[in-house]
Amino acid sequence: MKPDRYFFQASQFQQWLDSLLKSGYLCIGPQFRDGTIIYDDLHSVTQLPQGMTDQQAPGSYSLTNTHSNRFFDWANGPQAVKPFLFAARESLWSSQQSDQGGISFQETRPDICPTLIIGARACDVAAIKIQDQHFLQQEFVDPYYKARRDNLVVVAVNCSHPADTCFCYSTGDGPFVHEGADAVLTELDQGFIIEASTQQGKRLLEGMPLEKVTEEQLNQADLIRVKASNQQRKLPDYDIRARLFNELNNDAWHEIAMRCLSCGNCTMVCPTCFCHSENDVSELDGKSATHYRQWDSCFTQGHSYIHGITIRSEISQRYRQWLTHKFSTWHEQYGRSGCVGCGRCITWCPVGIDVTESVAHFQERRHV
Amino acid sequence: MVKPKVAIHKFSSCDGCQLAFINLGEPLLVLAGLVDIVHFAEAGPVDESAKVDIALIEGSVSASHDIERLQKIRANSTYLITIGACATSGGIQALRNMADTNQWIRDIYANPAVIDSLDNSTAIKEHVKVDLELWGCPVSKRQVINAIRALLFGVMPEEEKDKICMECKRHQTVCVMVTNNEPCMGAVTRTGCGALCPSVGRDCYGCYGPAENANTQALANRFEGLGLIKDEAARRFLFINSGADVFYQQGELMRETD
Repeated sequence: MKPDRYFFQASQFQQWLDSLLKSGYLCIGPQFRDGTIIYDDLHSVTQLPQGMTDQQAPGSYSLTNTHSNRFFDWANGPQAVKPFLFAARESLWSSQQSDQGGISFQETRPDICPTLIIGARACDVAAIKIQDQHFLQQEFVDPYYKARRDNLVVVAVNCSHPADTCFCYSTGDGPFVHEGADAVLTELDQGFIIEASTQQGKRLLEGMPLEKVTEEQLNQADLIRVKASNQQRKLPDYDIRARLFNELNNDAWHEIAMRCLSCGNCTMVCPTCFCHSENDVSELDGKSATHYRQWDSCFTQGHSYIHGITIRSEISQRYRQWLTHKFSTWHEQYGRSGCVGCGRCITWCPVGIDVTESVAHFQERRHV
Repeated sequence: MVKPKVAIHKFSSCDGCQLAFINLGEPLLVLAGLVDIVHFAEAGPVDESAKVDIALIEGSVSASHDIERLQKIRANSTYLITIGACATSGGIQALRNMADTNQWIRDIYANPAVIDSLDNSTAIKEHVKVDLELWGCPVSKRQVINAIRALLFGVMPEEEKDKICMECKRHQTVCVMVTNNEPCMGAVTRTGCGALCPSVGRDCYGCYGPAENANTQALANRFEGLGLIKDEAARRFLFINSGADVFYQQGELMRETD
């Protein structure tokens, strides 16, 4: 579908948000909280992190206020879209025991209203596509994810200020959105270029005081794209997919494991990681129980526990599992690498392990 | 039907874990319908030598008469569960294990002769077989209920041993170490509290004890990177659960001794 492309003034941003809310969307957007930017209910553009800019480094994140008028002059915080599609913890079904002793089961489908996320970045949009493959496009469709996905409209924002930890340009996923969003904003000094590429996206523009995009505005957007593509961090230029699997006994795994806390933070903030565990919680009276699933990680012991044996008891094995899955076997499962270059695993690793460095370790073959 | 009997015993402790029981609220009434609570001094019933199906023990072994009492409780119980840091690792009072206990007693008490205290505060498992450990200072109500419920079903409860970080991220609690340079113990501490401290902007201080596969050296190195001197880093590990092996060993490596 050919995208509709217009410009609207920053002064009309609230009016647009009001019309989205009025049309029944639960709007979710980025906002400042606890020293970072997280996504939550959005009612007013004053909630957006206007003027904020971030400094990110391995294991380190801080924000400063530049008092600029820009709403989106920052790179991603720890989470964006993933928690709104793949819930961190949710019930799947519940069971009851009757007085006669019979047990009945009920599905507990989430009650979802139409939801609109404003501010998703190119990396997140690419990650949605990957999670869609996992949850929706296999033999068994996940009804819990599907309920949320069917109700989600994504208004993305092209990235103008990637963090030092970002490397989306080298994975080919950013900094500008390629496809997968319903509408995409590019923020300029006076307002936004908006491109709507789906039917749902085009409907979001109805009733808006839109202007034609000028050549000058398009040039400004292009300049932002070129500057934002100029990222210091990148994945090394070798056949990562093939090489990692030939290096399973490389000493580097143990060197990384000396530093790795096996805390799971990298996988929890990763927008494509989808692992989960399931457990039952009984009511104290023993008459009913609820079956939950929650985010799990290949860095936990339970992740590789099978019939009394923990397959990956060592941290080196867990890190190897993560990296080889993300960059190697992912290709076989989903036709691409599982990394979208968002850099979250670098910033939010408490000890600052840099995934691009880890991958680079294996560029030179080192014998054990 | 005869209801299973439960006893709640206290050793050296602050009573906070027993309070976790009393604070159960409505579930305590449900529990009282399911089991016979025969000994629970904090709440009323006293029958310390009763034979029970489940004995819950709060507190550490700290005085000479504790050991004999503990052995009797073990002999009278089918399942013995430690509740909280004191019973499970020796608790905050195990800090004296690294000091001259008698010197401390002389420094603190006006009449040291009346104090009957062992040199070390030790975990219950150092003295008798323990069937299940519930960590925390104090234990969480949720874990206590889950444990009793599981035992009533005739199974052992699921052990929670992942790192606190997992819970923080599930709750979208922002990492206090990455954003605020706090020397948080969450990455080596087992979950169960629901990541309480980081959710109010505080660093975890490890009250749930070591998580599975805790890389304490890597975290200690990071603490030094955040500007802590070695002794400060040691004190992060030698605190509520200084008696837990993994924390003790890391702390001993870094501690300044007199």
